[in-house]
Parts: sequence; C-alpha cells; structure tokens
Amino acid sequence: MRYTVGGRAIFDGLNVTARKGRITAFMGPSGTGKTTLLRLITGQSVAERGSVKVWGQEVSTLSTKELFALRQRMGMLFQNGALLTDEDVYENVAFPVRAHTNLPESLMRQLVLTKLHAVGLRGAARLTPAELSGGMQRRVALARAIVMDPDILIYDEPFVGLDPISMGVICRLIKQMNEALGITTIVVSHDVQELSTIAHDSFLLSGGKVVASGTPQELHRSELAEVKQFMGGLADGPVPFHYPAPDYYSQLLETP
Amino acid sequence: MNEHSDSMPIAWLRRLGAMTLFFGQVCARVIPSLGKPGLIVKQIYNAGARSLVIVMLSGLFVGMVLGLLGFDTLQRFGSEDSLGVLAALGMLKVLGPVLTALLFAGRAGTSLTSEIGLMKSTDQLTAMQMMAVDPLRYVVVPRFLGGILAMPLLAATFSVIGLYGAQLIGVQQMGVDVGAFWSQTQNAVDLRDVNEGIVKSLVFGVACSLIAVYEGYQCEPTPEGVGLATTRTVVTSSVMVLLLNYLLTAAFLTKS
Repeated sequence: MRYTVGGRAIFDGLNVTARKGRITAFMGPSGTGKTTLLRLITGQSVAERGSVKVWGQEVSTLSTKELFALRQRMGMLFQNGALLTDEDVYENVAFPVRAHTNLPESLMRQLVLTKLHAVGLRGAARLTPAELSGGMQRRVALARAIVMDPDILIYDEPFVGLDPISMGVICRLIKQMNEALGITTIVVSHDVQELSTIAHDSFLLSGGKVVASGTPQELHRSELAEVKQFMGGLADGPVPFHYPAPDYYSQLLETP
Repeated sequence: MNEHSDSMPIAWLRRLGAMTLFFGQVCARVIPSLGKPGLIVKQIYNAGARSLVIVMLSGLFVGMVLGLLGFDTLQRFGSEDSLGVLAALGMLKVLGPVLTALLFAGRAGTSLTSEIGLMKSTDQLTAMQMMAVDPLRYVVVPRFLGGILAMPLLAATFSVIGLYGAQLIGVQQMGVDVGAFWSQTQNAVDLRDVNEGIVKSLVFGVACSLIAVYEGYQCEPTPEGVGLATTRTVVTSSVMVLLLNYLLTAAFLTKS
C-alpha cells in the first residue's frame, strides 16, 4: 500500500495484517505514520495505491452508509480520549447507544453502568470530563469504545502522558478486553515496554515500511540496526537525532 | 491553485460556494434531526435564553435613545405625540431585527463557532464519525436550527423592551401624553410591519447561524484557527446582516 501527503510518501510498499482475536502492535518512532495507518484502516483516509481490507471489505470502495456500518463493528480509543466535553461520563458512554438504538432508559442504564464498572469508573458516572484525570478520561473513552460490543478495538497511543499506575491499568484493560471478549485489538504506540507485555504480534514501522515483525521478544532479539536503536531507545543509529541542517559552527558564525 | 494564493474576490467566491454546498448538506439533514428534538431545545436555550439579558438591556437602552432623539426631532414639527409610531416602526422593522442579529452574532455566533471548532480540534467530531454518528446531524444541524428559532424570539423581545424604553423617556420624562403614544402606535402599526420584522429576523437567523456553524466546522483545528474562525463569524455575519437588511427593506418597500 502507498500513501502520500503533499507528494511525500508516508507509506510505500507497506504490507501488514492484524489477525482475528489477537493483539497486534504497530510501533515506530514519532512521525512514522502510525496514526495515519489507523486513519487508513478506519476509512478516514484513502490509500493512493494498493488495498486496505477489513473483514475482506475494501475500505476505500465503501459508500458512507457501508463505512458507517463497518465502523459500528469497530471501537476506537483516541490519544486524548476525545470525550464530549459538554456531556458527563454517563452520557458519553451512552452516546453511541442513543445514536444507534432506541433502548429503554432502564436497559441503557444497566448497559452503561456495566461498561463503566468494567473500567472501574462506575462511581464517576456523573462527573464531567473536565473533572477527570488523563488516565480516567482514557478509561471512560474505552468504556464508550466497547459499549456497542465491537469486533475490533483500535487504540491510538493509549499510554501517552500517563503515570505508571494509569499506564498499568490501561495495559491490563487492553489485555482483559482481548481475552474476555475475544476482540481483535490493534494498538499503535511507541511505548516498547508496555506493548511487550500485551502484544501477540508486533510490527516496527520506519521510513514508510515494516522494518521488522514478530513477537515482541523476537524484536528484542533482532540484530537489525533500526530495531536495536528503537527497542533499546538509543540516540545513535539509523534514525538521526538532528533534523537535517547546515553545518553547526558555520551557521553560528553567520551574520543574520 | 489553493485558497491562500487566490485574490480576495476569488477567495470570497470560493468561500461562498463552499458555504452554499455546506448549507445544502445541512438542509438535507434537517428532517432526520427533528427525530431528536431534545438536541434542538438545548440549542434554543444556549443561543436564545443565554442571550436574553444582553438583548433586553440593549433593547432598553436603544429604545431610550430613540425616545430622546425622536422627541427632540418630532417636537420641532409639533408632532411629538407620534413618538410611539416612530419607536414602534423603527423597532419592529429595522432596529429590532438588525441589532438583535448583530448581538446574536457577537454573543451566540462566536460561541457556536468556538464550540464546534474546539470539538474539531479535540477530535470529538472525528470520534463521532468513528462511532458511525454523523457530526453534521448531531452537532451542526441542532445548533443551526436552534439559532434560527431563537432569533425571532430575541428580536421580538428586543422590540418590546425597546418600545417600553422609548415610552419611559417620551411619556415619563418628556411629558408626551400616554394615551396619544399608545393609540397612535396602535393605529399606525399593522400586521405587515410585524411580518416584515419576523421575516427579517428569520432570514438573519439563517444567515448568522449558518455562518457560525460553517466557520466552526471548517476551521483549522488549532488554537489560532479557532480564533480566526471566531473573528470571521462576527465580521461576515455583521456585513451579511447589514446587506440583507438593505435588500429586504427595499423588497418590502417595493411590495407595498
């Protein structure tokens, strides 16, 4: 698959598969297009060449109605939670159910409270998103993502900006959702340690391609320079620390 | 060629075309949105009830000024008893609809634009699309309809309070006969004048609400983008209200 933005190739020759019922992790340095990959999977962007298929359906050829039907079987957790700020926690979780069903309020209440209980926030049902910490917001977003019982759950950088406790909680929830509900899970992140504990399959992306794939343990053992640099968090390696620039000293001595 | 490289008339034409298409998309979703009346009622409250104090205060002061200036002018011709007619026709046909629309653009219009713009910049609109929920139907149309329905009510309030302000100054302070004030008003103002005010405020409601939701929905999802969109809402709405006021006034005069 090939995808470009403003003539610059984000992906060129990318070939990946996320298997049913497993946790698949896409890792890579910042700017490698991990979030873009999620946009392609969910039909928010369209590949320039090649194919993106979900359950055998070519996403780019779907009509808006078909795409919305497909998305009803998906749940997505955004990097910032993307909760509706003018609604409380309860209404945020209830939102997709209200939009797609005419469930009686008594059943709705049970459903929402069950999902909030699963993420440990039943007691926060009447709080507004502004009253929650970043980790709690992400857990509410997770409850909202699973409220329609999706077949696929997609997580965009679920660990960014979280303290170790919240990170551990989210990690455990991702694993639980996958194991208990059998949900196919796709996680995009650059947090190697956390992903290593939960992912069944991993892909390391760099330069618009997959540079390595396998279990997290196999990636840790890889001798490839890109993989060693990323997995070890090394400053020196194929991915340069400095953005391309003219010579340092001559630029400093230049008259402005 | 892109929007930034266009000359000003071309950029305005491009924007007008985009806004017309957007208007079409919004209109196509009006009927389905009526199925969720709660969302519309909430927006009537946001755009209407929350603008009520500023509209009433402005109406009172404008009416009082009209009373002072009207009395000063009319007494030169010995017809100060016609102050009620001047105030009622001025309020109903021009000042009520126009000033309410300008206040609406500044108070509710900016609020609509920044609210939708912030929802966009915090991925709330994308999250809705991922939940297979059309943001145009759930976010834009209720706000658009709420604005249209609130505007005639606000304009009527403005006119009534303004007329009371003119009466307060004319009768209580300047000594115009109270019977003459109201009886002349009653004789001079007919249903056609009231209709003109209602039609104007409805048209201004459509224009101001459309501009506000369009700017919010199409803005750059950055703090600077939301700020610029909010400014554009006030500027464009104000110019449009004054232009439409001229066109409508001319149309009503031709008709009569």
